[in-house]
Amino acid sequence: MELALTLLLFTLLVTTAIAIVFMTRLFAVVMLSGVFSLLAALLFIVMDAVDVAFTEAAVGAGISTVLMLSTIALTARSETPTRTSSWTPLAVVVLTGSVLIYGTLDMPNFGDPTAPVISGVAAGYIERTPSEIDVPNIVTAVLASYRSFDTFGEVVVVFTAGIGVVLLLSGLGRRRRRQGGSDR
Amino acid sequence: MMIFVNLLIILCMVMMLIRLFVGPTLYDRVLALNVFGTATVLLIAAMGFLAERPEFLDIALLYALINFVGTIAVLKFFRYRRLGDAPEDSEMVGTNSGDGDA
Repeated sequence: MELALTLLLFTLLVTTAIAIVFMTRLFAVVMLSGVFSLLAALLFIVMDAVDVAFTEAAVGAGISTVLMLSTIALTARSETPTRTSSWTPLAVVVLTGSVLIYGTLDMPNFGDPTAPVISGVAAGYIERTPSEIDVPNIVTAVLASYRSFDTFGEVVVVFTAGIGVVLLLSGLGRRRRRQGGSDR
Repeated sequence: MMIFVNLLIILCMVMMLIRLFVGPTLYDRVLALNVFGTATVLLIAAMGFLAERPEFLDIALLYALINFVGTIAVLKFFRYRRLGDAPEDSEMVGTNSGDGDA
């Protein structure tokens, strides 16, 4: 049952990816990338990775659609045909993909009860969190206390990236408006 | 019963994808994306009931919010030709909006 649903969703995902590759109107590409993120988030939910699905939907379908639209506002609206050969990028993509697939060979199977992520430190965290941290939510305790420096670094990275994007977009927009000769 | 609901929702998603691929005008695509997001929300809820874990419903709520905000952003972009800042002069807005040929 669920296998059939998963296969259907994967088929839709691949179809969307192929359509993104062959489409030259960038608005449609932005819409289709939103659809791609929604489908990926659905697949994450089928695989019980709910938090990843949250992130994929918020970032992929929400924020990056808006960011791509504002990029289109600053650049062109349709894709210019490339004159160079497309064999080198294809080779790079195929090589990267096969390296990634090779990397999954060592990983435990989906739903494996003896996977290291289940049989490893998780039981220790569950046991020690009430006495050491005294926070009812164990995920919060792990993120904000056991791995607080890691979380702090992530926040700094995301904040820096946000500042960069805001600077790029606002600076370019202001320059273009000044060049465009506002008639007022 | 629930599996038929799921399959029907996926059928709706396929039809929306076809409209997204071939959609002649921009607004077909915007509407198709919006309906696709709604179908995603429905599918998350229906899959939760199929797997007998209806606690995924709050995730479906979040998706509905994201879908709404995304559609508002897209439509605002088509109306004002840019995002983030409101138009300074309203007569400029009226001239260059509403061409749905992209």
